[in-house]
Amino acid sequence: MIHLETPKKLRPLVNQARQVAEQVFRPISRKYDRAEHAYPVELDMLAAIMDGMNDAVAETGQGNSAGAGQLKQQRSKDAGNHNGSNMTTVLGLQELCWGDVGLALTLPRQGLGNAAIAAVANDEQLRRFGHCWAAMAITEPGAGSDSAAIRTTATRDGEDYIINGEKIYVTSGERADAVVVWASVDRSLGRAAIKSFVVEKGTPGMEVVRLEKKLGIKASDTAAITFTDCRVPAANLLGSPEVNTEQGFAGVMQTFDNTRPVVAAMAVGLAKAALDRTRELLANVGIRADYKRSLKNSHAIENQLYRYEADWEAARLLTLKAAWMADNGLPNSKEASMAKAKAGRSANAITLGCVELLGSMGYSEDELLEKWARDSKILDIFEGTQQIQQLIIARRLLGKTSAELK
Amino acid sequence: MAKDIQGVGLGLAIRFAGSAWAQKYGLAKPAERLAYHSTRNGFKWAGQWLAKRQPKTPLLAAPQQRQLFDLSLSDEQQMIQDSMRAVASDVLRPMALEADQQLSVSAEFFQQCHELGISHLAVPESFGGSACDDGQSVTTSAVLAEALAWGDLSLAYTALAPAAVASAIRRWGSAEQQSTWLPAFVQEAPYQAAIAVQEPHPLFEAHNLSCKAHKTRRGFRLTGVKALVPLGGKAELYLVAARLGGKPRVFIVPADTPGLSFKASPAMGLRCATTGTLTLNKVDVPESHLLGRGEAFDYQAFIDLGQLHWCALATGTAQAALDYLIPYCNEREAFGEPISHRQSVAFALADIAIELESMRLLTWRAAARADAGMSFHREAYLAHTLCAEKAMQIGTQAVQLLGGHGFTKEHPAERWYRDLRALACQTSGLHL
Repeated sequence: MIHLETPKKLRPLVNQARQVAEQVFRPISRKYDRAEHAYPVELDMLAAIMDGMNDAVAETGQGNSAGAGQLKQQRSKDAGNHNGSNMTTVLGLQELCWGDVGLALTLPRQGLGNAAIAAVANDEQLRRFGHCWAAMAITEPGAGSDSAAIRTTATRDGEDYIINGEKIYVTSGERADAVVVWASVDRSLGRAAIKSFVVEKGTPGMEVVRLEKKLGIKASDTAAITFTDCRVPAANLLGSPEVNTEQGFAGVMQTFDNTRPVVAAMAVGLAKAALDRTRELLANVGIRADYKRSLKNSHAIENQLYRYEADWEAARLLTLKAAWMADNGLPNSKEASMAKAKAGRSANAITLGCVELLGSMGYSEDELLEKWARDSKILDIFEGTQQIQQLIIARRLLGKTSAELK
Repeated sequence: MAKDIQGVGLGLAIRFAGSAWAQKYGLAKPAERLAYHSTRNGFKWAGQWLAKRQPKTPLLAAPQQRQLFDLSLSDEQQMIQDSMRAVASDVLRPMALEADQQLSVSAEFFQQCHELGISHLAVPESFGGSACDDGQSVTTSAVLAEALAWGDLSLAYTALAPAAVASAIRRWGSAEQQSTWLPAFVQEAPYQAAIAVQEPHPLFEAHNLSCKAHKTRRGFRLTGVKALVPLGGKAELYLVAARLGGKPRVFIVPADTPGLSFKASPAMGLRCATTGTLTLNKVDVPESHLLGRGEAFDYQAFIDLGQLHWCALATGTAQAALDYLIPYCNEREAFGEPISHRQSVAFALADIAIELESMRLLTWRAAARADAGMSFHREAYLAHTLCAEKAMQIGTQAVQLLGGHGFTKEHPAERWYRDLRALACQTSGLHL
């Protein structure tokens, strides 16, 4: 039965996430926007509280809690409708990012590497890495969206692999306990030979060489990391060590089907923050977007707010749809990209638009609106740019390979 | 959102953690351990307490179903979607071009629609119809409209206009009004009826009608002009919106009432619906013809259900455009390869798919809220805002991607282009 409301059982979680956003993130939002590269010490306390919640929930079987570490395409196809870990995560993260995207990104133990580990790790690896904070290292100076072109290598040497190469734009690369590194085990075999390895912090040969200075999400550290004869045990390779030219790369890319709706959810939460604040400020000057007059008869600013809100609502529902499909064992690659594309571009347009609507007030650092407009840009870039999402969607729609539709 | 106990605690804990002395004196770590244990125990206790409180068996089966986010169609909706999609492709699409040029449809078309039971689905079983009674009629009607409009928007509008009247009488009419008017929709011969709200002046507002109703000794006297009214004056019954004592209301007006006249006035699109101007010149109707007389009548919801109906039609036509463009762009070659191998073409198709799904989801959410008895004005407003904008974007892209071919009547794209413009121009005329 079609019902597109927030599920009742997840409302306490949504509320809890909103409390964190309001009481923890908002008060320190500007502080860490200004103090780029300073570690938000307040988050350790929050992490402890969240671990307490999660473990209590796990012990008593009360259901799921939010976190990238729990994302998984549900394989069971038992009858009935499910709202599981994917739905939980997107709903929770929406609220957290209403507070602050940069801080949400730097929440301990919620890194994208955790999503990769959750998606493909075996039991032994889950035991070792399941509770660590893992960042994800894919991008290189010469390879961004074209992740098949990465040059970092992993050479087998006895019971180990030796990793050599340079990674950039590693979110939480300095703070995390481990980094999931994408590297080729045989560059002559192309994309199928790309595997991911867990490299723990402190492994000799791995070095954080630089922290980026950025347009937004300054609370989150973005590291450049070099690997020089960095030796890791073969048991740290995630997934199968075999190079399967048929579908090897597809397995690696599968992680993204689960994480794209998560980034979409971040965009939805951020855009909502801008919309809420803009409404508040406009209400002070007597402009109330209360859906009473038709678009044609509304104040120009009210009209614009309706259009933003409609796009925001579309982004939100597309995100929930992608998560719902994953929870119900339905392949959602296209829908995940649709959610990411719509949410990324809408959040960017809405946050920039809200600054414009409010003029100097929106532009000034006295409000967080200008910060949100800077933060939003990354959401249309990482985890696959707008254009990469359009490529994925178009290939699926048209039945084209990546060689045909380039 | 108000700060709850949890929020107050969080605020205090975080302020403590961020304070300079907590860091300086190494108190942060012990405090985190304390926070972990107290939170863990607090949550465990709360969880167990909640688990005990939850009744073993649900008290009501139906509301339980609505507790989760769900995008699956019911079996009945699936069946309606499949059969209406078949009608759309086998009946509507092949006749659409001719109907558009003829500015009318044949009597057989109405007979066919009638036999398909389109009006029956809007009439409850107690009056001889087959309307489902499981409280999801709005969503089901939206699914039906979308599937039908895949064939042709204008034909779907024509086919659904009478059912919309039945649906409005069913939802808002008093018991007396229902038993007076509904049986006509399920007789052997098709019954034609239309809703008239839109008026021919700029900045028209559904709440600020020029058409006036005055209380008379026997009932009401209506005077005004209505635009874009479908069915070419062949309707036997109209629902007319008019201002009564400062408030908009809806009146049931039989077409043979003296003072009522229809003049065909073709528009850019919706051409086979034979739209025209309905003039009411001192039209007298008895008191019993005020829709929802003595009942709770919600004019805003009446309008919203009409706008949502249009949203569903637009979604179906936008889907038709995408389904038409995919094979065309794969087959059409330029510079030695299919044009779909070019990102400018492929990305345009990706955007159509994204916005089309957005239109559908916003429409369904509003419809499902209406079915669940929740407020749905905001959701309907946003759905219509989005659909009016994106439907036209998709319509214009459909012509663009076909190039010069799209501009000719060889392809349906130019018709979709004209029809999809209607969303931003027409108010009501339909009712889910």
